[in-house]
Amino acid sequence: MGAKQFGARVTRLEDPTLLAGRGRFVDDVKLPGLLHACFVRSPHGHAKVVSIDSKIALIMPGVHAVITAIDLPDPMRTQRLPLLLPNPALAATKTQHALARDEVCYVGQAIAVVIADTRYIAEDAAAAMIVQYDVLPAVSDYRGAAEDTAPHVHGDLSSNVASSFRLAYGDTDAAFADAAHVFAEALWQHRGGGMAMETRAVLASHDPASDLLTVWSGTQTPHLGRQALADLLDRDLQSIRMIAPDVGGGFGPKAIFYPEEAVIAAAALKMARPVKWVEDRREHFLCATQERDQYWEMSIAVDEDARILGVRGRMLHDTGAFVPWGIVMPYIASTTVPGPYVVPAYQLDTSVVFTNKVPTTPVRGAGRPQAVFAMERLLDRVARELNIDRAEIRRRNLIQPEQMPYEVGLLFRDGKPLVYDSGDYPRVQEQALTLADYDSFRERQRVALDEGRFIGIGVANYVEGTGLGPFEGVTVRVLASGKVAVATGATNQGQGTRTTLSQIVAEQIGCRLDDIVMTIGDTGAIAQGVGAFASRQAVNAGSSALLAGQSVRKQLIALAARTLGIPEDDVELDDGQAVSSRGNKPSIGFGDLARLAQGIPGVSLPAGQAAGLEHTAYYTPSQAAYCSGTHVVEVQVDAMTGGVKILRYTVAHDAGRVINPLIVDGQVQGGVAHGIGNALLEWMQYDANAQPLTTSFADYMLPMATDVPTCAIAHVEIVNPLNPLGVKGAGEGGTIPAPAAIISAIEDALSPFSVHFAETPLTPERIVAAMRAAGAYERLFAA
Amino acid sequence: MGRQAARMNVNGKSYARVVDARLTLADFLRHEINLTGTHVGCEHGVCGACTVLVNGRTARSCLMFAVQANGCEVTTVEGLTPEGKLSVLQQAFIDNHGLQCGFCTPGMLVTLTELLRDTPDPSEQEVREALTGNLCRCTGYAGIVAAALDAARRLRDADKPETA
Amino acid sequence: MKPAPFDYHAPRQLKEAAELLAKLPNAKVLAGGQSLVPMMNFRYVIVDHLVDLNGLDELRGIVVGDERLRIGAMTRQRDIETSPEIAKHCPLMVEALHHVGHRQTRNRGTIGGSLAHADPAAELPAVCAAHDAVVHVASVRGIRQIAFHELGSGFMATTLAPDEMIAAIDLQVWRQGHGYGFHEFARRQGDFALAGATALLDIGADNVVRRAALTLFGVATSPVRVEAAETRLTGQPLTSGAIRAASAAARQIEPISDIHASGEYRRHLAQVLSSRALNDAAQRAGVQA
Repeated sequence: MGAKQFGARVTRLEDPTLLAGRGRFVDDVKLPGLLHACFVRSPHGHAKVVSIDSKIALIMPGVHAVITAIDLPDPMRTQRLPLLLPNPALAATKTQHALARDEVCYVGQAIAVVIADTRYIAEDAAAAMIVQYDVLPAVSDYRGAAEDTAPHVHGDLSSNVASSFRLAYGDTDAAFADAAHVFAEALWQHRGGGMAMETRAVLASHDPASDLLTVWSGTQTPHLGRQALADLLDRDLQSIRMIAPDVGGGFGPKAIFYPEEAVIAAAALKMARPVKWVEDRREHFLCATQERDQYWEMSIAVDEDARILGVRGRMLHDTGAFVPWGIVMPYIASTTVPGPYVVPAYQLDTSVVFTNKVPTTPVRGAGRPQAVFAMERLLDRVARELNIDRAEIRRRNLIQPEQMPYEVGLLFRDGKPLVYDSGDYPRVQEQALTLADYDSFRERQRVALDEGRFIGIGVANYVEGTGLGPFEGVTVRVLASGKVAVATGATNQGQGTRTTLSQIVAEQIGCRLDDIVMTIGDTGAIAQGVGAFASRQAVNAGSSALLAGQSVRKQLIALAARTLGIPEDDVELDDGQAVSSRGNKPSIGFGDLARLAQGIPGVSLPAGQAAGLEHTAYYTPSQAAYCSGTHVVEVQVDAMTGGVKILRYTVAHDAGRVINPLIVDGQVQGGVAHGIGNALLEWMQYDANAQPLTTSFADYMLPMATDVPTCAIAHVEIVNPLNPLGVKGAGEGGTIPAPAAIISAIEDALSPFSVHFAETPLTPERIVAAMRAAGAYERLFAA
Repeated sequence: MGRQAARMNVNGKSYARVVDARLTLADFLRHEINLTGTHVGCEHGVCGACTVLVNGRTARSCLMFAVQANGCEVTTVEGLTPEGKLSVLQQAFIDNHGLQCGFCTPGMLVTLTELLRDTPDPSEQEVREALTGNLCRCTGYAGIVAAALDAARRLRDADKPETA
Repeated sequence: MKPAPFDYHAPRQLKEAAELLAKLPNAKVLAGGQSLVPMMNFRYVIVDHLVDLNGLDELRGIVVGDERLRIGAMTRQRDIETSPEIAKHCPLMVEALHHVGHRQTRNRGTIGGSLAHADPAAELPAVCAAHDAVVHVASVRGIRQIAFHELGSGFMATTLAPDEMIAAIDLQVWRQGHGYGFHEFARRQGDFALAGATALLDIGADNVVRRAALTLFGVATSPVRVEAAETRLTGQPLTSGAIRAASAAARQIEPISDIHASGEYRRHLAQVLSSRALNDAAQRAGVQA
């Protein structure tokens, strides 16, 4: 039926297969003759590789080969991995080699790979490798990395500064000089990672008959990966097929092209047998990219009415040992600070430094949580100093809906001026506050205090540029069987890509959801693709699905009209049939139409008819789509232990039109869980020699079911005027303002003690230390 | 070193293989007998993706060796799935958006199967506590908790005698 | 993260297990596996022989005697948690078990394994210390007894010889109606405690404390009985002031510092949690302190 699919709470098409345990993740793919790989990795943060001795490894039964850098094919042997996002502000464009040659720059960097009958044997052999290193001083703390006295992260780079840039508009000097009040904050968010439940995995297989190299990878970006392989192996694009099958979570780190993808592909070619590598969790802690280490020193200038006059400061960003994604993350962070507020003058100096740690690249939020943390903590500071309610100070400074589209004054990372296309920030904030019973909170707090409990509330706002380009294509093709084949370069790591795109196509062409056969994340199915990151797929692939669906709809109607001999206006598409709305309602099935559209061999098609019933659309956004939201969090703090419990979590957000509220709510809820982890639990720690200290789930804490409450979520659908669907991205909004709101709530809970926090994760120990320094325990222990 | 017999019943079917003593039960299930529904997320017993039932009790299959399961009844997610359809719990996951990427899901299903068998009317807090041995990075747990409570209700209703 | 190769042995009797341990080089016993196997998977522990004790029925079971409770070393934590005998005679242990790992780990984990692994932050060793446990240790040389406070020999180390295994644990049973309290602070449910305290109080007439046991865990390599606190409490009426003083005495420790918590924070927690555990124990003993 021409059922309204768009906006419907459709249960997911992906679910039955996954629930039955019949998902197909990379490690589930079995090929005959399969060999297994284990990488040999640097145990040092920085060292010269003097020699690699694989003699003992090679004679172990079941070991087939040991591949080092010199064994790799050209140009991979000497050429570095691609720099995906070049930027003139990048002083040093250092990316990795597939296998380190003479120098290793972070613990875990791969120098060789063992190929064996089983992973077990490969690990035995890897342990038997004798590698001589010349250990060099390592840079661990990025705050000292820019000093002249700091060791060199790379032997051939005399400066550890990868990039320095300034973003600014307006006159901050004047703003600060004239301000009624100026406040300063130093803020710090520590390193952490995406930590998907499935680790990375690569399976490569070369078919000599067709010379096709097929690579299955747990990646968010198979088309980008294929291009990288084509470059590194000097092969035609057509001779490589990269497939992202079921992928167990992405969150950013799987969008990167990794050395292991290159090496395993090369190994399959070299061994003339399929080779599989499944990352173990320890490797994931060492080598999967991370995020967040940023140190901010910020000031805010306000007038007597607490209206922002200017914001300025400095940010130091740890990029790790390499820059595979350029400086996109500090750049995003730097443009996110103004957020939904009127900030007449702004200046941020960013310094990106190398350290001897695994590189940092976008992880859910992509630098925005840090920026929002800075801005929201500054506003909280003003509120506290001037004794204004924190929601009120935000209300006073929010951009008003009649100011849309709002030009911020900066260039965003999409290459376009930062212009908020649509939004109603005051309305979204109000919705969140109402849903959270904000107005009655002070009373709740007073009652709790009388009972000896410390509860607090925090508010935070964000704006996020989503739906980034350049494009994401969708092909819709009606098959002779009556089924509808849909292919897309979009990928799926849990966001329900198949369901949302099916909803859009089904609504357009009037087929059944179940009749859609979708191919996702396969470079063999669609010529061009980009992949999943920056909350971009609903906007881009969704819009392409709409455009392709609209075109196929027109073709179906035209062909049906011609075939049935009726006017096009009389044709309705429903349930896989083209039906006339008049008379005895003649109809013809989509399958029959598809067969007709194939034509008859040797016979010309009727005038006006195109070949087949298909269309490929590559929607290209003109700029980012700006979504926004407000989080309100209520916490209870155990003042004696520093333990924090989140009592209540409320979200109101504008993600434009909602394709499937079930899925969007799931993205928000899932994003909030990451935010809670960032705020309270997750911290990748290293020692002074850049040795990772947290390399298991026992040490790196992820939120459990007892740590994440079910959120109350309100959607405010403000249509995006810039794309045909009217949607905005929704994948990261749950994370972005969470640390700010949570830390604000903790501070509020402990306001009787006047403690202040500007660091995440905010651990119980830090809370207790602040309380002790404030003299709180003299009072509390006596009670 | 030692290769030994691993003989066990998995999902009601008996298997006998000769394997390395160090082959984990998880790898045995996934690669020896091709039941890839059980997933491996950490290999150090925290994430719970590898959870199966051994003699009716949940166990982390990454922390057992296949040879330890000699003579045992092992149930995996495939064994929780009725032929040609889905269980009440699985359907509740669909209706309540209890999964996104699906990687942690088999472990969740096994853990909740044990919980609902032993505690047919759990509170939300009991469900959350039972789930602390299973990490999810996608859903934020809300859909899983809702699915568990929904399934519990449906199972209890199914047990109720028909009212006249 | 696959373990290094080893030979696997599955004895069915204690005697056989002891002989295997005595004659096999670089051999370790496998109990629940929840602590040992992760270490093997990480290759922090490499063994040539694994002696699986899971087939030894004779090491399983709970027997109540006069003033003593004997628990077989291979008794599953989950079975102890749900045992009516334990609930009746050693309720502190039931309370503690709610905080030990997760259901999946308790289904396989054993009490003997927990004591032999000797993690400073483990809960079961603390309960054993609180109950003045005696550990029965088996080898080819027979069975010997170790008083619990003599079991620990350093960070995650015990005085067990390489060819010895724990066979059973005897706990002293406290008078019916005794007060017990258990408090730990962990980052998340089921995590190892950053610090914890268990309190046992036997209160007589006029609220006078006949016997007290205050045990800290997570603060040193082995559980610590705070004798200073116990001495202060015993023979005195139990008042809130007495509890406050006893809790302050809990600060007299030299706690370990690691990436999870500093010594200073652990000392703070020791005081806070001792207070809470003692208050709970008082309440359960029927005293309004």
